[in-house]
Amino acid sequence: MATYKYRALDPVPFTRLAKPLRNARVALVSTGGIHLASQAPFDIESKGGDTSFREIPADAAPAALGIAHKSDAFDQSGFRADRNLGFPLERLREMAASGEIGSLNRRALSFMGSITAPGRLVRETAPASAALFAADGVDVALLVPL
Amino acid sequence: MCHQTVGLVAGELERHGIATTSITMLREVTEKVRTPRALAVPYALGYPLGKPGDPVLQTRILRAAFALLDAPGPPPVLVDFTGA
Repeated sequence: MATYKYRALDPVPFTRLAKPLRNARVALVSTGGIHLASQAPFDIESKGGDTSFREIPADAAPAALGIAHKSDAFDQSGFRADRNLGFPLERLREMAASGEIGSLNRRALSFMGSITAPGRLVRETAPASAALFAADGVDVALLVPL
Repeated sequence: MCHQTVGLVAGELERHGIATTSITMLREVTEKVRTPRALAVPYALGYPLGKPGDPVLQTRILRAAFALLDAPGPPPVLVDFTGA
């Protein structure tokens, strides 16, 4: 990817958190191609990358989480041993239970990472994800690559 | 490429009034994309929260990522995780 020209945010959109974290609703977003076994997997053959996303309930069992990821550049064994390594629902549930965060949003979202042509992502699916979270009353999103 | 996706999705969320924080294993990619807030961790691809089966470390990383929400800016905010 040495010659790939990354798309840059300019200007960088920036929203300040207007309340303490202990009162904030937090949502998890993964770009690791994670999906439930019951869901259609991402299209890893799609030219330019699959820009769709999956909704994953925040109470999903870790073992129900599978992974479809085009990149063979990383080691998936850690994630398979402990899904929290890349999709930390259990850690976030603990932080909600202890009051460090206000709540964990009822749904997390999962994108596939291997998107080399992000036009549709920026025009359609990322704004759609924002609309879902806005409807849920999400204050903070935590984004985790894999 | 999943780091570019993080930055671009974060940008759309921020644009829609949702504050974001994120984790990166590829600091130089995150610098180029200008992800609004990111915690750079010294771990390999596939290991954003450090180690499997280490909930103490995982929680420490999450706390450090959430702490970026207190950074005054201006964006992009990119901070190294030093709590390992």
